[in-house]
Amino acid sequence: MPETAKLAVSFQVNGQPHTVEAYPMARLLDVLRRDLRLTGAKEGCGEGECGACAVLIDDELVNSCLVPVAQVEGCKITTIEGIAGETLHAVQEAFIECGAAQCGICTPGMVLAAVALLERHSAQPTEDDIRSGLAGNLCRCTGYMRIFEAILQACEKRAGADA
Amino acid sequence: MSGRFIGKSIARKEGRQKVTGRAVYVDDMEMPGMLRGATVRSPVARGRLRDIRLGNGIPWDEFTIVTAKDIPGKNCIALILDDQPCLADQTVNHVEEPVVLLAHEDPYLLEEARRAVELDIEPLPPVFTIDESLAQKQVIMGEDNVFKAFLVESGDVEAAWNRAHLIVESEYETASQEQLYIEPQGMIASFDSEQGLTVWGSMQCPFYVHRALMTLLALPVNNVRVIQTETGGGFGGKEEYPSMIAGHAALLAWKSGKPVKIVYDRMEDMAATTKRHPSRTRHRTAVTRDGKLLAMDIEFIVDGGAYATLSSVVLSRGTIHAAGPYFCPNVRIRSKAVATNFPPHGAFRGFGAPQSIFALERQMDQVAKALDMAPEEFRRRNFVREGETLAVGQIVREKIDLPALMDRALELSDYHAKRQRFAEENPRRQVKRGIGLASFLHGGGFTGSGERYMASVVGAEATPEGQVRVLAASTEMGQGTNTVFTQIAAEALEVDYDLIEIAQPDTSIVPNSGPTVASRTCMVVGKLVEAAVLGIRQQLVTTGLLPLRGYTSEQFRTACREYIQRHSALKATSEYSAPPNVYWDDEKYKGDAYGAYAWAVYVAEVSVDTTTYEIRVDDFVAVQEVGRVINPVLATGQIEGGVAQGVGFALYENVVWREGRMVNSQMTNYIMPTSADLPRIRVFFEEVPYAHGPGGAKGIGELPIDGPAPAIVNAIENAVGVSIKRIPVTPEALMEALENVHA
Repeated sequence: MPETAKLAVSFQVNGQPHTVEAYPMARLLDVLRRDLRLTGAKEGCGEGECGACAVLIDDELVNSCLVPVAQVEGCKITTIEGIAGETLHAVQEAFIECGAAQCGICTPGMVLAAVALLERHSAQPTEDDIRSGLAGNLCRCTGYMRIFEAILQACEKRAGADA
Repeated sequence: MSGRFIGKSIARKEGRQKVTGRAVYVDDMEMPGMLRGATVRSPVARGRLRDIRLGNGIPWDEFTIVTAKDIPGKNCIALILDDQPCLADQTVNHVEEPVVLLAHEDPYLLEEARRAVELDIEPLPPVFTIDESLAQKQVIMGEDNVFKAFLVESGDVEAAWNRAHLIVESEYETASQEQLYIEPQGMIASFDSEQGLTVWGSMQCPFYVHRALMTLLALPVNNVRVIQTETGGGFGGKEEYPSMIAGHAALLAWKSGKPVKIVYDRMEDMAATTKRHPSRTRHRTAVTRDGKLLAMDIEFIVDGGAYATLSSVVLSRGTIHAAGPYFCPNVRIRSKAVATNFPPHGAFRGFGAPQSIFALERQMDQVAKALDMAPEEFRRRNFVREGETLAVGQIVREKIDLPALMDRALELSDYHAKRQRFAEENPRRQVKRGIGLASFLHGGGFTGSGERYMASVVGAEATPEGQVRVLAASTEMGQGTNTVFTQIAAEALEVDYDLIEIAQPDTSIVPNSGPTVASRTCMVVGKLVEAAVLGIRQQLVTTGLLPLRGYTSEQFRTACREYIQRHSALKATSEYSAPPNVYWDDEKYKGDAYGAYAWAVYVAEVSVDTTTYEIRVDDFVAVQEVGRVINPVLATGQIEGGVAQGVGFALYENVVWREGRMVNSQMTNYIMPTSADLPRIRVFFEEVPYAHGPGGAKGIGELPIDGPAPAIVNAIENAVGVSIKRIPVTPEALMEALENVHA
């Protein structure tokens, strides 16, 4: 087997600069979990179907199991660990309040999908917007209903805060 | 009549950890020097294992290698029959059966090594259908391929046929279903000669794993410790299989002297672990002219796969639920779990009941049609009432009003108006619409004498900080155990919610409150939680540290701290005892099969595209009586999730087998419902408090998967006029059904 050389890749994660030595085709998911010990992103399927490994790359929702680390050179990555500041994000609050997290394994990806959805929609998203915005994130516990409700609640809070 | 906590939607106890990504699942754990483990599996369904060869190009001396010959104890996964080996020895009985274990620190090299192990297996003829198994051309299990059989008989079915106005016969089938928890199965094991074995992992039943490991490694009870990590969904899939992975990780850790982690990837998880039992049910039903059930003759057969696992108990629950929430004077149910050369089927939410209830609720519609009677009216005339008996001779003592439950479901779903409107509109439409219903029940707790034998124990202890910690082996896997136990304990003690802690299930700390299965955790174990924490208070009151009533949470904390200062520890336990008048006869297979039932009427509305054969569920109304609802948001979430899984069972989830191998073991080609596929699921509760449940609660976890499939397929028949008898109803299946009709 031919040896592939490791590569130095620099990027930001949750506002912090990182440089890792990694094989260029190493999955971003593994680099985050193993090298940076950010284990909030989960591996549910390893083929981009379930969204449990979702992160934001330059504010776009991406499945990190499908991203070779070489591609994120110079990018700004946000993981679930970077969503809460001093207090929880409105989406996280709403997830707790509405019962949108059950077993919790899809929750990091689902929260990121919801945050990305809210960023895309400055007005209140429609139910169709929410359904399509979450269609890449599978949840086996909730049947999604509580998650829809949490997103609507987070929107309402945002609208209230803006007013 | 809400209490301070019971009946309130208190936020999930571990919610903050979960929404911030800080909850620790097994794959998030690392240990110094930890190796990764991999499993070499049989590529054939049945055969003789002649040789294991290690291929070229791999530095084998760097690997820890385990085969059946290395096992220090008994080579089995201890459960009911102990027939399933931990590692195949001499024979293999299903594709993906584990044969060799490997461990190495480099996961990439480990994968190459796994592929380099060659298994020399002489194939033998396999058995792949229920009929082949029953025909016994190949005997692969015992003398007759039958793991278990039951007979339920009440009245005289044979004598009833003559008196029937109508007899309707039909056959129904349900396919395998994958649990598809989003966290794949995984375990970490660590062994040291002094402390023995410690295992961490994703599981529902720590003491199942504990017992299996003691047997496998011949270790005494105190040298095996099993700790549940945050568990990313179970649905039954993490009831018995975790004992297998734990066994594998333990053998590798024991042999290597290093911690070993085995986490399956999705393909391995789907291909190798248990799924829902496929089933075939034959119904012969006699009715009177006025639509009363006269006789029900039911044959219910499930495919158990290659080893017994839990098939006998799955069969039992399926058998008891097969006659549903109806009164019928003459019932015969004959049931069997048979062996095939598929990977063993096992526990999955509903546990046999979704299969037999699908058949029954489809049959009820067929009989109603034959009688030219509305399906809801036919059911209404046969609902069991308080004081009447169910098929196994259980007298219904619950104050259940099924006609009222049905009225509410019909009203909320606008059933009558829609049925009429669809009948008028459908002839002109290419997308046809339909509405259908199912009425059903689900027993809470173990079947029959199960709870008596289990004799579950729950503990409680005061902490030096003045908290009360609940000690139970019942696991949180998303369904809300931590939160509901806290609510029950805080309500009983009349203290703040924050005063209650729930111990992590760890077999070295918690007593055996039984497995986290069978819709028993809230109803059965929750009642024991209540009793155990009251035992703590009793001791505080007896010693004069706490007044009997009128104390504050702070006073309670102070009393706990003082007690511990004086006596060093404050503990209490409670043990299960059956409610009065609940008795089950194992020999006769008769009696009170369950302490209590949850009851439900579900209504599904569908649209069926007769050009593309796509089926959509447009509306779903779930009305159920579940005793007191402890936490409305969590309970609603459980019902919604169960309905979603039921929609998948009915329409999408199709395990494709080829030569005994699941060929679509990926999320790409095994389709579960996404956020874009489901209708609004509208959930409504009736609450009739159950005297022996905590705060009046009954079990709810499994109920919601029983009803969706028959309600949906009944709705499909209402839409297109074709009776479909097998699920899932994929577009391909619908196309066949519709074209046969047109042919």
